[in-house]
Amino acid sequence: MDFDLIFKIAGIGILISILNTVLHQAGKQEQAQMLTLAGVVIVLLMVVQLLSQLFTAVRTVFRIY
Amino acid sequence: MELVPIAGLGLAVTILVLLLREDRPELALLLSLTAGIMIFLLLMDRIATVFNLLQQLAWRANLDLLYLNTVLRIVAIAYIAQFGAQICRDAGESAIGGKIELAGKIMIMFLAVPMLLVILDSVLQLLP
Repeated sequence: MDFDLIFKIAGIGILISILNTVLHQAGKQEQAQMLTLAGVVIVLLMVVQLLSQLFTAVRTVFRIY
Repeated sequence: MELVPIAGLGLAVTILVLLLREDRPELALLLSLTAGIMIFLLLMDRIATVFNLLQQLAWRANLDLLYLNTVLRIVAIAYIAQFGAQICRDAGESAIGGKIELAGKIMIMFLAVPMLLVILDSVLQLLP
């Protein structure tokens, strides 16, 4: 089971929060908003793949066709 | 012993979620969702062996497989509804969680209807 997805998401989260504070210092609020959105979208794509894996696994194990 | 890595994973993810929660709550939620899914995927093979054993027992008792499949389906619906409702409650949206649980209950009732009819018929046959 690959645990690196968890650390990838945590890394992205920490990176985004740091970059946001930097961008706020630099006065570029809208870039900070864009960055937050981009981060959420990337992490969402990863989690959606895992979610589809979960639902196929449930479907096979519980024999729901 | 499979439980130690799962507990360790849970603790590690809890710490990371706390780290992320104060300024990126949505990513913290996605992280806890990922951990939940991973722990369940770790358990998949054990659940599969248990259900195979149930299938063999039902087949040996030449029980109609329809009932076992319905029971398995009900268990799956209960698990997914509870999984979704808890994630929503984590995010503070207990109303949406309640709606998901309501949907799960109604679907379980819907699946239980044929079995209730069969029970009713068999009881009526018993009466003189």
